[in-house]
Amino acid sequence: MLNPVWNFQGFFSVVRMRIASSADSSSNNSRSQMIMADSGSSDEVAVICNTDITSTESENNLINTMVERGTALLKKMEISVAEADKRTGKNTVNMQETYTVYLIETRPAESVSEEGTPVAPDTLWRRYSEFELLRTYLLVTYPYIIVPPLPEKRAEFVWHKLSADNLDPDFVERRRVGLENFLLRLASHPVLSNDNIFFLFLTEEKGWREAVLETGFQDKADSRLKSLSAMFRVKNPDKRFTALKHYSEDLSTVISQLLRIRARVADRLYGVYKVHANYGRVFSEWSAIEKEMGDGLQSAGHHMDTYAASIDDILEEEEHYADQLKEYLFYTEAVRSVCRKHELIQYELEMAAQDLSYKKQQKEELETGTVRIFSLKGMTSKLFGQETQEQRESKVSALEQSIQEGEDALKEKNAESQEFVEKAWNDIERFKEQKEKDLREALISYAIMQISMCKKGIQVWSNAKECFNKM
Amino acid sequence: MSVGAPRGLASSGQKLITEILHPLSAAEEPLSPGPDVTISAEKDKEPGLTNGTPVEISSPASASVLLSRLQLDGDPEADAHDPFGSGEPRDLFVTVDDPKKHVSTMETYITYRVSTKTTRIEFDLPEYSVRRRYQDFDWLRIKLEDSQPTHLVPPLPEKFVMKGVVDRFSEEFVGTRMKALDKFLKRVADHPVLSFNPHLNAFLTAKDLNKRQGLALLTKVGESVKNVAGGYKLRARPVEFCAMGEYLDTFSQKLGTIDRIAQRILREQSEYLTELREYGTVYSTWAGSEEQLQRPLEGVAGCVTTSCGALEDLSDNMSQDFLPVLREYILYIESMKNVLRKRDQVQAEYEGRLEAAVLRKQEDRTPIPVEVEKCQDKVECFNADLKADWERWQRNKRQDFKQLLTGMADKNISYYEKSQAAWESLITLLQEKQTEDKTSETN
Repeated sequence: MLNPVWNFQGFFSVVRMRIASSADSSSNNSRSQMIMADSGSSDEVAVICNTDITSTESENNLINTMVERGTALLKKMEISVAEADKRTGKNTVNMQETYTVYLIETRPAESVSEEGTPVAPDTLWRRYSEFELLRTYLLVTYPYIIVPPLPEKRAEFVWHKLSADNLDPDFVERRRVGLENFLLRLASHPVLSNDNIFFLFLTEEKGWREAVLETGFQDKADSRLKSLSAMFRVKNPDKRFTALKHYSEDLSTVISQLLRIRARVADRLYGVYKVHANYGRVFSEWSAIEKEMGDGLQSAGHHMDTYAASIDDILEEEEHYADQLKEYLFYTEAVRSVCRKHELIQYELEMAAQDLSYKKQQKEELETGTVRIFSLKGMTSKLFGQETQEQRESKVSALEQSIQEGEDALKEKNAESQEFVEKAWNDIERFKEQKEKDLREALISYAIMQISMCKKGIQVWSNAKECFNKM
Repeated sequence: MSVGAPRGLASSGQKLITEILHPLSAAEEPLSPGPDVTISAEKDKEPGLTNGTPVEISSPASASVLLSRLQLDGDPEADAHDPFGSGEPRDLFVTVDDPKKHVSTMETYITYRVSTKTTRIEFDLPEYSVRRRYQDFDWLRIKLEDSQPTHLVPPLPEKFVMKGVVDRFSEEFVGTRMKALDKFLKRVADHPVLSFNPHLNAFLTAKDLNKRQGLALLTKVGESVKNVAGGYKLRARPVEFCAMGEYLDTFSQKLGTIDRIAQRILREQSEYLTELREYGTVYSTWAGSEEQLQRPLEGVAGCVTTSCGALEDLSDNMSQDFLPVLREYILYIESMKNVLRKRDQVQAEYEGRLEAAVLRKQEDRTPIPVEVEKCQDKVECFNADLKADWERWQRNKRQDFKQLLTGMADKNISYYEKSQAAWESLITLLQEKQTEDKTSETN
């Protein structure tokens, strides 16, 4: 079982355990064998330890502080999004555009070459739109799974100093981290990690797009109209899904609020710190006319400058907390998707049942001759003469067949619904656990950031005080 | 010094004329001790009054106390005992406290208790306690300025406040004003010349301060300075007074800048505080829809609230302690500039008269009149007093600002400490829960 060693000052990092593997990464056959073999094992692989890592390292690892349940894929492969780069090319409307590509590195787990150095990883480049395509494919193919979200397409909830420009290096860097996190989420998911298209995404640069389109997943996609209409007419949705839908709406609202206010708070805090730089300047000017007080004032002024400058790093770190919250904000959308799919299936089920009972009623009427259901045909035959016995019997037998088909369809729909509910609820429980752990850890790391900020403040003001004492 | 100062009139300390040394020659003279006391050699570092007038230790009974303090206070900068850093023995202690509101048919006003403890023989009793209002302090200040024009009289807090804008009876306002009045009185009491002024005596001791009574005990110096004829132009201001003037101008400017910066910080902090409060409540709202995460989220909301409280304290401190002291120093600088101007006037008059007299001498051999010599004495006296006060003012300024700025640093440190403590206890809480969960999972 995981035994984390907690330390206030340290940060947590995930060390992916490497298991010796003799996989030959260039052989397709062995790769597909890897996928098929022994999927779904859930031995704990990841280990949390605390390390006194530098703040840049911790920035990268902060997203990875969540406990990852090892999957078969993770056992065999290390995945990372190592770099970002700019490309220019012609887009679909034949215009020049600049876009960012991200380098995906994969490496068989614990691979060491003969000289003892780590094996060079396989790499390929992907752009954001390809990630989006992957995700859409997964959403359609696994509608009962809460599919991990992508980092935001455009920077939102920014406080004024942050750039909202997609090509801004800080934004690109945070997105790189977010994309890596996305891939790791997929790789650690008991179901999604076994998907072949996902595997190809990691390993086949060319031809991947074609492979995705070949799966024909677009045909399976529910039309928006269909899923919208379902919401208004479902009579008996599973109560758990309704509750979950409301919860995810609440969560979405509250996290959005939180992110918005946090951005405003960051703006204000920035102002407070930066104004202190003026003390630095005026103390320096003042020290010029003083004799004994001069040195103390001058040094104190330097500390005020340090104080003012410290806010930049502090707020940069806090962005990672914001990113963690954003991930769960976007997760709520995926949760709502699953709930809607349930409603849709339930709707179709209810429609099938309704259809069946209507047909049964029709048959009954035909057999007994009573008209309970008004129909034009019935009226006209009453007015203009009865049908022949033959005609009636053929109608009845047609209905009987229809009813039989309807019953089969209903059975199928029922089975589908039950299977969906079961699989979905499985994933929902998994998700709930993940969410609790992740958010709790996010709060802890936020608290650590606050403590670090306080300590820096105390340090600077103590230094300044020493200088004042020497005045 | 040409002041023949019999006892009862204060000029520059109470000494017989024979014992008063010329101000400009006495700088290096060691102190001549009083009758029963030997003063340690370290006292030479700080010769009391730089105009050479030795400090008189009045009563033998108190002498040993004062002596022991002298010997302890080898370092003139020992601010622990003597915040004004001059190392002079203190035999007059004053405090302003206990504000009370008085309501009468005509007006409502505040009085303060002024307590005095002293061993000086100018005072009939060793202790006094009287009640005074702002008007009385103002009266004292005017009297001191009039009777001691060559000395720097400390400033008072602002007299007029906009009735609509500031609540003159709020605890905050009264508290700030009281601290400033206390400071004023302490500075006067510590001044080697001003503290012997009979007006101060009256202020500290009289049951009812009769301000209309002509305690017009102006010294001869005071009288003559008051009657300085205007309209003379100054030829050459001595270099040291130019330097003082320039220093004061620049210093005043810098203090003004610091005031503006401090105010700006307060504004930014206030806006930050507003947002922070809302931020905390969102966490509480969120906690409401969670189960496992409810306690952690409430915990975060709590930490944010604690930080808000600590920030409020910091801001209040800055606006109630820091800013008023800063502003009062700006007033102090203005007072000092006024004294410099007066000095300039006195010198200008002397130069003018001298020039006229020299011309007449050249014309018809009229000797230089005595008045001109008296003017020269006036100038020299003024210069000496001013220099002495300047030194003292500089020392006090250094101490005051050291205190002010370290105070500011302390308040900021305290704010961060409070916040840090809150967050640290939250982490303990969260991690406890985490290990609980882990152990329950393994079981």
